Amino acid sequence: MSSIQANSLGVIEPQLYRHAEAFLLQNGEQLHGYELVFETYGTLNAEKSNAILICHALSGHHHAAGFHALDDAKPGWWDACIGPGKCIDTDNFFVLSLNNLGGCHGSTGPNSIDPSTGEIFGPNFPNVVVKDWVASQAHLADHLGIQKFAAVIGGSLGGMQAMQWSIDFPERLYSAVLIASAAKLSAQNIAFNEIARQAITTDEDYCAGDYQQFDKNPEKGLMLARMVGHVTYLSEDGMKTKFDRDVKSGDFEQGANVEFQVESYLHYQGRAFTQYFDANTYLLMTRALDYFDPARAFDGNLTRALENTTAKFLVLSFSTDWRFSPERSQEIVDALIQARKNVASAIIESEHGHDSFLLPIERYTKVLSAFLQRSFAELENSAELLATKNEVDS
Amino acid sequence: MRGDLALIATLINPGARVLDLGCGEGELLDHLQRDKRVNGYGLDRDAENIRTCVSKGVNVIEQDLDEGLDNFVDASFDMVVMTDALQAVKEPRELVRDMLRIGEECIVTFPNFAHWRCRAQLALKGVMPVSKQLPHSWFDTPNIHLCTFTDFEQLCAAESINIIQRRVVNANHQEKSFINWAPNFFGTYAFYRLGKSS
Repeated sequence: MSSIQANSLGVIEPQLYRHAEAFLLQNGEQLHGYELVFETYGTLNAEKSNAILICHALSGHHHAAGFHALDDAKPGWWDACIGPGKCIDTDNFFVLSLNNLGGCHGSTGPNSIDPSTGEIFGPNFPNVVVKDWVASQAHLADHLGIQKFAAVIGGSLGGMQAMQWSIDFPERLYSAVLIASAAKLSAQNIAFNEIARQAITTDEDYCAGDYQQFDKNPEKGLMLARMVGHVTYLSEDGMKTKFDRDVKSGDFEQGANVEFQVESYLHYQGRAFTQYFDANTYLLMTRALDYFDPARAFDGNLTRALENTTAKFLVLSFSTDWRFSPERSQEIVDALIQARKNVASAIIESEHGHDSFLLPIERYTKVLSAFLQRSFAELENSAELLATKNEVDS
Repeated sequence: MRGDLALIATLINPGARVLDLGCGEGELLDHLQRDKRVNGYGLDRDAENIRTCVSKGVNVIEQDLDEGLDNFVDASFDMVVMTDALQAVKEPRELVRDMLRIGEECIVTFPNFAHWRCRAQLALKGVMPVSKQLPHSWFDTPNIHLCTFTDFEQLCAAESINIIQRRVVNANHQEKSFINWAPNFFGTYAFYRLGKSS
């Protein structure tokens, strides 16, 4: 049975962008062209001024909203927020969502064929960083004729891309929404990523990254990596509410074989992840997270890194998020204020930890919606002013 | 615009950098942004206020004044404004110090606890004063540091804060000549424009 509701985008067809020219990466390596799989929702207006770019997080992909087939069990990962009448309102905006370079959902990545060898890239896929993603997204925008985004929006690693956009292409976005993000990862955060990477690379099925050649998949490692990740995306209170010490199976009286609900949940999530996510992509994405630090080129001064930005910023964080805590968002806000940039911020009360950014929490969607509606109205106003001016001039 | 905010707006120069502590629905900053092209930021902690500010395009930052202003660097604003919040913060003295650390000047407004109506309620009825400006009962009031004009001026003297200007108004935010005859008796609200000691 279809679970498609009235305010859903319905069935969405992914599209493919082919970048034929060579693409030089930040680390000096070069890709002989690349492909990006993407989806769009809503209608691009004649001026091409109503586009919003959605940047995905660590395990995200292009399928942010709508369904791929009528009998899909679940819609895209951010369907709660993207659609007609939703906070990222496709009645007003044309929304673009892609799978990043290095991904494993259809864009060029470790699973693609390296044209220089004719073999799968595997572990030899070059290290890409947030700046590379932004550059490749800009090529996609060129392809679609979008000169300037009304907004670039992202949560977590996606927020880092939105920030990089504001730094690298200040003239190409009107506003930037940074949700549960950070200007750089803390040592604790890098540590969790390294545990995840070790889990994968020490799995005997990892085969130094060439697991596909041996028809293997480091499932144990990938599952463990995902389980660790999941724990850090939730809060203690949230886990207590969701699982507490509830028992899934077994009996305390018999003294053994007790499986707690939380164990069952983590096993399920971990196992499911191995079915749709690639280990080499996971390594690549976590490294991109770790390396992101736009202030590094400015002696660690984030204010200077943000000096040339012109976007209006909205910075959102969640009270129980300890992986990307409100303090990390505050650092961004403080730097923006020092750089005299337009910025608004809110700390959303939620018990769902880092995962909150994916959930339709009322206060969160209301403030995001207010910000985007304001941006939309301002853009409409400036378009009208320009039209009037042109009439007067001619 | 609310009378007190209109009065404050006249004290702020075009293009100034303004920080509004407890900015509410962003009325002052919205006006200043449009009329005087100020670079303004407001701090608030109320969800609905923040959403309203965002929908107006006011730069609102979610921040609790009781957590301090350590994240703001010295001398980074021309004017730091705090309307009607002094009496509700945990550490008013530290906050005023911080305001002058961050701003070149600051404006503080608060209700006068020595207004004759307050005095009358306490003296004649023997109850904690309740008024339009201070509508809460003693047991659920957010106003934990009520003071009088005299009290505040004593604090300024002790802290070597320069009172550049004082304007005292009635409940309708109007200046009346009789008020100045005994401001600490007839004045409902006061605006203090403060600067560092010279």
